[in-house]
Amino acid sequence: MSAVRVDSLPDAAGSRPADASPAAGPRGAASDAVEAGGAAAKGVTSGGASIRLAGFGVTPAGREQPVLAGLDVSVEPGEIVLLAGPSGAGKSTLLQALAGLLQPDEEPAAEDAAAHGVRLLGELSISGPAGRVPGTGLVQQDPETQVVLSRIGDDVAFGAENLGVEPEQIWLRVRAALASVGLGDFPLNHPTAALSGGQKQRLAIAGLLAMRPGLWLLDEPTANLDPDGARELRSVVLRTAREAGATVVLVEHRLDLWVDPEDGTPGVDRLLVLGTRDDGRDEQQGGGPAGVIADGVPARLLGDDEVVASLTAAGVWVPGVRPRLADRPFAPGSTGAPLLTALGLGASRQALPRRRAARRRVTPAVTGVDRTRTEGEAVCLLGRNGAGKTALALTLAGLARAAAGRVRAEELLRAGARWDEPERFSARELVTRIGMVFQDPEHQFVTRSVREELAFSPRRAGVEADVVQARVSGLLQRLHLEQVADANPYTLSGGQQRRLSVGTALAAQPRLLVLDEPTFGQDAITWADLVTLLREQVRAGTAIVAVTHDEAFAQALDARRVLVQDGRAQEVAA
Amino acid sequence: MSVMVARSIPTDALPAVPRRAWLARQDPLAVLFGALVLNVPVVLSLDPVTAGVVLAASLVALPFSAVSGRRLLLFTLALVLGGLVAVWGTALVAPDSGPVLLNFIGLTVTPGSLYSGALVGLRSLAVAVPAVVLLGSVDATRLADALAVRLRLPERFVLGALGALRLGGLLTEEWRVLAGARRARGIGGGGSFSLVFALLVQAIRRGTRLAVTMDAKGFGAPGRSWARPVRTGAADVALLLGCVLVAGLAVAAALAAGTWSLVW
Repeated sequence: MSAVRVDSLPDAAGSRPADASPAAGPRGAASDAVEAGGAAAKGVTSGGASIRLAGFGVTPAGREQPVLAGLDVSVEPGEIVLLAGPSGAGKSTLLQALAGLLQPDEEPAAEDAAAHGVRLLGELSISGPAGRVPGTGLVQQDPETQVVLSRIGDDVAFGAENLGVEPEQIWLRVRAALASVGLGDFPLNHPTAALSGGQKQRLAIAGLLAMRPGLWLLDEPTANLDPDGARELRSVVLRTAREAGATVVLVEHRLDLWVDPEDGTPGVDRLLVLGTRDDGRDEQQGGGPAGVIADGVPARLLGDDEVVASLTAAGVWVPGVRPRLADRPFAPGSTGAPLLTALGLGASRQALPRRRAARRRVTPAVTGVDRTRTEGEAVCLLGRNGAGKTALALTLAGLARAAAGRVRAEELLRAGARWDEPERFSARELVTRIGMVFQDPEHQFVTRSVREELAFSPRRAGVEADVVQARVSGLLQRLHLEQVADANPYTLSGGQQRRLSVGTALAAQPRLLVLDEPTFGQDAITWADLVTLLREQVRAGTAIVAVTHDEAFAQALDARRVLVQDGRAQEVAA
Repeated sequence: MSVMVARSIPTDALPAVPRRAWLARQDPLAVLFGALVLNVPVVLSLDPVTAGVVLAASLVALPFSAVSGRRLLLFTLALVLGGLVAVWGTALVAPDSGPVLLNFIGLTVTPGSLYSGALVGLRSLAVAVPAVVLLGSVDATRLADALAVRLRLPERFVLGALGALRLGGLLTEEWRVLAGARRARGIGGGGSFSLVFALLVQAIRRGTRLAVTMDAKGFGAPGRSWARPVRTGAADVALLLGCVLVAGLAVAAALAAGTWSLVW
């Protein structure tokens, strides 16, 4: 009953195993076209693939319920489709299936349902134009793992080499592809390690172009990029895909970026929204996929109030619609009591020596920060990737040594600690005074269950057992994590992980909360949950320092804005 | 099916190496085997002449290496320190000959044992310096190409290792982030076992994502082509012959001087 079929295998690929995944690509399509340099420079002409899904579904290994079921969708060649929906709707799973990364077991172990491998239901077929296997290319979130080799030319060539493209052709394609994505000014031996996150993602797109797949699969390619980087990548993707005539299936939370680009270029052709039953917050118990809940031309869909309402309810970021927050109007609980003062502070991304005199040799990313943070105040650190925002946040949070000047914990925050500098707090002193939430929640998980994770910090700080218990159950409820209380933190969805990592910091009840990109990759529902939670904190007098690119977040917290730019941090108007 | 390997490559796609670094432009396999050949006499015999000739020859080759003087100095500094420990250890335990120079709770140092110690130190330098000078000039990507194309090592293994190598460089950064992240959870101190474990977990997750990327780029399908030339020219043969010559010279000089002594 499960069938992944690749139509019309060309002769050249006949020697391949019959179960060759679409990802293994088009030997025939790739190597036969010998074109002049001019045609290569113009871009690619591989044509797009078409996709047919009939009653398609996926049951992951070891699960009884499918995460994707009864999907009937077809995509025409050259269509650019934005796939949206709440976490748990099966977007990433669908993308993996299309990429051929889900290979079912040969012979399912029918007796033991818990031990089975991934199961594909219904039918999925991908076919290329002119009877060719189109091949697929995939770009994922983490820029670091999209890069394979250490020089940009070699990295772009890698995919084309795997497809067996003629070596001389490869270098023509590599140069054309790099020029298309705006990296043409670098020599081919430019080190990939020297690229920014946004450049790395554009490099991955160049790798796609050099492979000339008929189907592009992009899994939240802008999730880790700053707004400028995201816009650049968006424009590159839309333009190069149209030039190539490639079919694109793209997963993104933020429609505004892709539906109506402000640079005037046409946005995506089609919006496909997957839903979940219930509210979609909990994909581990119940809930489950609800299939396609909206499908059509974006402008038309977004003009329909009913559709917009269902999209909003599904957690999709609809352009012009802010998630509703329960506690409007909101007033920060600022009392003006000072917590933390930066005195001529400099922050650096490098590891710094313990001895202050030895730190002078380091050039800080940010210098001369003089500012006092007070109770119940929210501050957002804005600025481009690489400006030094995170370095500054880590230094304020006592997790990195000051490159210059110092941070002084005022009496209220110091609360009897031996030293008045957060960098010299012991780990136990730190955790009840300053909580830091890292960009990647997985970095901070240290136990095997959600409940343990929440109890960990207060226990370290020596809080009494029954108090810890009360805090944990309170947090589980407020974070909507009760149903997964005993699950391993690593198995949670992105939104759940984010809420948990904020929760672990809150559990120790710090007076100052420092957050690094708390809203990256969040759908509108988890965003609203998070903002509501943080507002409660601010109202109760907790001060918040957040590194963010998210203007809506800054507004929702009524935050002061500090722009980190060219080595300086300056307060700017909203 | 014959393997498609590039005959030429755009010059700006070649690894950036200093103009003087002739060794870095040769076939990585020739360089690799050259280094092995140079090691043979030094491993076979424990004597000052063999080690001296090989060491001197590799220092002569240093200007043609991609290894900067500073890097070699840093490396040999560590090596000399390690060598001194070997010298001292051997000087303490080697058979005594001549007057006792030092008596340390029953262990004695004499000119004879001191000489043995110096010999061991010289030999370890003669093993390591050629390796640094030669292998330090080899670009990992080109070596991987050569291993897969020339020696027909499995490309999955060779290129997989190459990808992992690049991720390995990210580990120091990851270590710092993790240490900070854990301090924020109330776990003090740096190099605990659980931190190492957390680093391992992150490395595996990164590695898995990299594997997905490589798979999605069609890695592992049969019939891969190679965009970088894998070429052995007259210069590579000369390089290899040169190494054989130096090795032979070292043996001949030691025999002539009467110092040649097989280790076993």
